[in-house]
Amino acid sequence: MAASPDSNLAVHSTIGEKYKYGFVTDIEADTAPKGLGEDTIRFISAKKDEPRWLLDWRLRAYRAWLGMEEPDWARVGYPKIDYQDAYYYSAPKKKSAPGSLDEIDPEILKTYEKLGIPLGEQQRLAGIAVDAVFDSVSVATTFRKTLEDAGVIFCPMSDAVRDHPELVQRYLGTVVPYTDNFFATLNSAVFTDGSFAYIPPGVRCPMELSTYFRINAAQTGQFERTLIIADKGSYVSYLEGCTAPMRDENQLHAAVVELVALDDAEIKYSTVQNWYPGDENGRGGIYNFVTKRGACRGRNSTISWTQVETGSAITWKYPSCILQGENSVGKFFSIAIVNNRQQADTGTKMIHIGKNTRSTIVSKGISAGRAQNTYRGLVRVQPGASGARNHTQCDSLLIGDRCGAHTVPYIESRNRTARIEHEATTSKIGEDQLFYCRQRGLSVEDSVSLIVNGFCREVLQQLPMEFAVEAQKLVGISLEGSVG
Amino acid sequence: MTATAAIRHKPFPYVERFAALAASLPGAGHPNVVALRQAAAEQARRAGLPTQRVEPWKYTSLNRLLETDFEPASSAARPAANDAAGWTVPGSYRLVFVNGRLAGGRSAAGLPDGVTLTTLADALARGDDDWATGAASSGHPFVALNTAFLTDGLVLRVARGVKVAQPIHLLFLGSGEAGASAIHTRLVIRLEPGAGIDVIERHAASGAGVYWSNPVCDIRLSEGARLGHAKFIDEGAEAMHIAVTGVEVAADAAYDSFVLTTGGALARNEIRVTLDGERAGCRLDGLYLGRDRQHIDNTTETIHAQPMTTSTETYKGVLEGKARAVFQGRIVVRPDAQKSDGRQLNKTLLLSDRAEIDTKPELEIHADDVKCSHGAAIGEIDADALFYLRARGIGAEEGTRMLVEAFAAELIDGIADKSVASLARGRLAAWLAGSAPGGTA
Repeated sequence: MAASPDSNLAVHSTIGEKYKYGFVTDIEADTAPKGLGEDTIRFISAKKDEPRWLLDWRLRAYRAWLGMEEPDWARVGYPKIDYQDAYYYSAPKKKSAPGSLDEIDPEILKTYEKLGIPLGEQQRLAGIAVDAVFDSVSVATTFRKTLEDAGVIFCPMSDAVRDHPELVQRYLGTVVPYTDNFFATLNSAVFTDGSFAYIPPGVRCPMELSTYFRINAAQTGQFERTLIIADKGSYVSYLEGCTAPMRDENQLHAAVVELVALDDAEIKYSTVQNWYPGDENGRGGIYNFVTKRGACRGRNSTISWTQVETGSAITWKYPSCILQGENSVGKFFSIAIVNNRQQADTGTKMIHIGKNTRSTIVSKGISAGRAQNTYRGLVRVQPGASGARNHTQCDSLLIGDRCGAHTVPYIESRNRTARIEHEATTSKIGEDQLFYCRQRGLSVEDSVSLIVNGFCREVLQQLPMEFAVEAQKLVGISLEGSVG
Repeated sequence: MTATAAIRHKPFPYVERFAALAASLPGAGHPNVVALRQAAAEQARRAGLPTQRVEPWKYTSLNRLLETDFEPASSAARPAANDAAGWTVPGSYRLVFVNGRLAGGRSAAGLPDGVTLTTLADALARGDDDWATGAASSGHPFVALNTAFLTDGLVLRVARGVKVAQPIHLLFLGSGEAGASAIHTRLVIRLEPGAGIDVIERHAASGAGVYWSNPVCDIRLSEGARLGHAKFIDEGAEAMHIAVTGVEVAADAAYDSFVLTTGGALARNEIRVTLDGERAGCRLDGLYLGRDRQHIDNTTETIHAQPMTTSTETYKGVLEGKARAVFQGRIVVRPDAQKSDGRQLNKTLLLSDRAEIDTKPELEIHADDVKCSHGAAIGEIDADALFYLRARGIGAEEGTRMLVEAFAAELIDGIADKSVASLARGRLAAWLAGSAPGGTA
């Protein structure tokens, strides 16, 4: 009844390409004692020489977290996490503050080489400023000079707390409050670093900003906090890419990303997430429980999220837009690919508050193996959002008869003049499409890669060039060994 | 944690009335019936009522139910002579239930051989308990309440191959004139292989006041059977209608449902269909017309459990005043249900600035060789269409009315049964006549 047996087999054999980026770098870490308590938080805060207000904020978050429960509404299953059985701070040991790349621990540099982003080369070649988060502390920041000339502030969060406390204090937690949800609240209490960017009024950021996240050091949870503020009339494109070393133990990753766009500003946030998904039997892999939210505070502001999610054992992620400013625009473009035993519950929230706000959602979910893929999204139109518009398109592709694809949209309209459209489809790779490709001499793997890339095209087109190429490869690689 | 458990469920004081009432309920002389009722009452007591923290109840609050002190409906109530007038369907066989009990005669005259009608009061009185074993018997809190407090209803059986031409028309009337009353009825439908029949189920008020109608409908269609099931929810302005319908559809059988909701302060209609044989199919259509402070919730679930099953679903709504509607539609395709086809559409017109629609079309797919889709659209009256009409001398109010009628009639035009279509047109016209289109609130 399903596809012909040999095409099934062939496709299944395509999805299993091994994770290329699994290795552990052996460096000395400066680690907080295991476990979570006010002492851990004071330790982190003291390590970072934080001002009193930030420590207080962390402690308030921690106390709120104690009264919260881990959410269970997502369609993901995992063994209960023991939050006392993890390290909350781990920083690479510093000799002194590195003045240049030469002073960076060569082991770390080697790690980046294996990942394909030699920092030194990247400065000249890519034209991208890289704020590399190695474990919990940003090791190096490049291109800061070029950015400084443009007035752009792009630095690790801890530097921002020290050098630009007024900006941090003004915006931190205003999009994702410390009481927001279980994981975001945990992050607020124990976040160790992340990136901070501020684009001054009228400035078009001269290059794409990028962070490269990496999880290292056994049993270290990773809690980044990213804050990007695009002041009036400014523009910034921000890239985030992830790989993680192979290891057996599940690792929790609970990041928070806050975006603020003021009048006429635009923030484009792109993610390629390729963390270790666990092995074929679902052993190991990253738990990616992330809160990402952008506030279009100003008139005519735009926030656009683009994500290619291929990694992680479990993804729990809903990049959202709060459309407060009149005529503001929110966009969400997503590709989520799950294989083997991966579980993804991802989507977006578009909250229309201001007049004539518009949002677009395009979600492409691909499931293979025994994986479960869920799109979960909310479109809410508040009474004041006259003339609001939303269009949502969710497509799911199933490869094999043991995976699942689910679509759970919530649509709430409280304004007569709002217009909302939602469409969702589910289908499999057409046998005739496969046959057509193979007839023209393409292998099954190439055919599947071609068809899936075609299926995802609308989203891939949204990515900046640097990412689009990598993402297209990832789409193929993630599905190797799976086709059905 | 216990804190959350408390928030997810609230105790429902009404359940505590069971102990005092049990001896007077039909079937009280039969230990099997008593045991069944007791177990259900205990289940209902333990479950309490779901709060909005429970996902299927996210958009519908049961606080109004929790806060009302219900009396079991009085059996003394009888419909005034004219209550049921204007409710007849020509050529149909009709039974009238008032506050949960059969009113008037029940002759089966005119029904063909092979059609058996038994009232649940009779079935209970002789100790039957097979009415409680069907699709609607799962752990649903409102089914448990119904089982515990059930007073009457109908068991309809149609024998193998019998095709019934005239519809069975069931009229359920409720009133709360003598204090808030709770009404528990059940409709059990069993079609043997190849049987076919149409059932019209109407719920309306026979008097003013607060009442809570808790009907359960349990349907089982054997191979190749066909059931047309039209339901009209036209309860009184203060009434609460919380209904659960469970349907099992065997191979090559078809369930065809149409629900028109115009009445009730709170109306929740839940339909759960399991397509449990190859080529089984269902069509779930619905129209909801809300105004004032009405809350109308249509929650459906279609489970494709076997290969080559098909489902189509279209729900359309028009809301004005401060009305709020909820549509939750879920299509599940189980792992073995290859070559299944599921389609769903929900469209809502908002006519006022205070109306609200919450829609949640949901797909849960565990098989790859399937075609499933859903769509949802929400908007106001098309300004261009209105302009077109105005350019031809039709005023905004009249134009709005015409466009609303066209929007709703599209669904009614698809109803195969003429008597159902004509009833639906009548209800739509009545609703439109009482409407104030283009609400300016």
